[in-house]
Amino acid sequence: MKARVHVTLKNGVLDPQGKAVHHALQGLGFAGVGDVRQGKFIELELEGTDVEKARSDVKEMCEKLLANTVIENYDIDIVA
Amino acid sequence: MKAAVIVFPGSNCDRDVQVALQKRMGTAPHMVWHRETALPKTDLIVLPGGFSYGDYLRCGAMAANSPIMRAVVAAARAGTPVLGICNGFQILIEAGLLPGALMRNRDLKFICKDVTMRVETTDTIFTSHYNNGEIVKIPVAHHDGNYFADAETVKRLEGEGQVVLRYTDAEGNATDAANINGSVNNIAGIVDEERRIFGLMPHPERVIEPLHRGTQGALIFDSLLEALA
Repeated sequence: MKARVHVTLKNGVLDPQGKAVHHALQGLGFAGVGDVRQGKFIELELEGTDVEKARSDVKEMCEKLLANTVIENYDIDIVA
Repeated sequence: MKAAVIVFPGSNCDRDVQVALQKRMGTAPHMVWHRETALPKTDLIVLPGGFSYGDYLRCGAMAANSPIMRAVVAAARAGTPVLGICNGFQILIEAGLLPGALMRNRDLKFICKDVTMRVETTDTIFTSHYNNGEIVKIPVAHHDGNYFADAETVKRLEGEGQVVLRYTDAEGNATDAANINGSVNNIAGIVDEERRIFGLMPHPERVIEPLHRGTQGALIFDSLLEALA
């Protein structure tokens, strides 16, 4: 079983890396991009087959280490 | 007066702070490896600057979960003073001992230079040897020093006089141009509510002797010596 975690900056928190990517895309001529937000992708290999347990374990990992909930949100996907 | 310096893998200012403590306080500090689970008897805990765990994930995130940090958090909550410099400030925040977050610098650059800042309060055991409003020049060296906290937290920090250092120009004006990394309200260092835990981005241990081009960092160690002797 795998867990995929996306960590993104909360709305309202300035994302300078996203802004830099936006500038670079404009420089390349991609005019239709409104805003860019950059985040992190973390993939975890998990033992066991209990999806709900996996989800609650990964939620705890996010709260304790993977995300800083002062500035970041996280999304968890469990892939069987 | 005996201090303990916590050494994490990737710390690279641990020896500088060891020398600063020894020179200003006359006693060599304990150097405590992050895998330890108990602290020696100590009057002060210092979390040094550097790149603990390679700054992976987020600066300070993994160091904050090191075995020794349980003892550090317990000691801090029981009243032992803690000084966190640069990465040490990031670790204090990630450990929940200070509020807010330290994000990537506004201009995405690693900044390594002397920076002027204003001492906003001398009412701490860390800053009693300064004058209120004194302009100091202390070097910074960081990539993630952009202090952020929600509006309510910032209001509380400002209202309670917990902002200790603020980036300013040489005249002491906290302008946007003087805000080197984009920190909210130009904040460079804060204390907790009990005023016993101090986190700051600049490196006072790098300006303790005339050879360093300045000695204004020494006053932090002198203040501590007087308060804790």
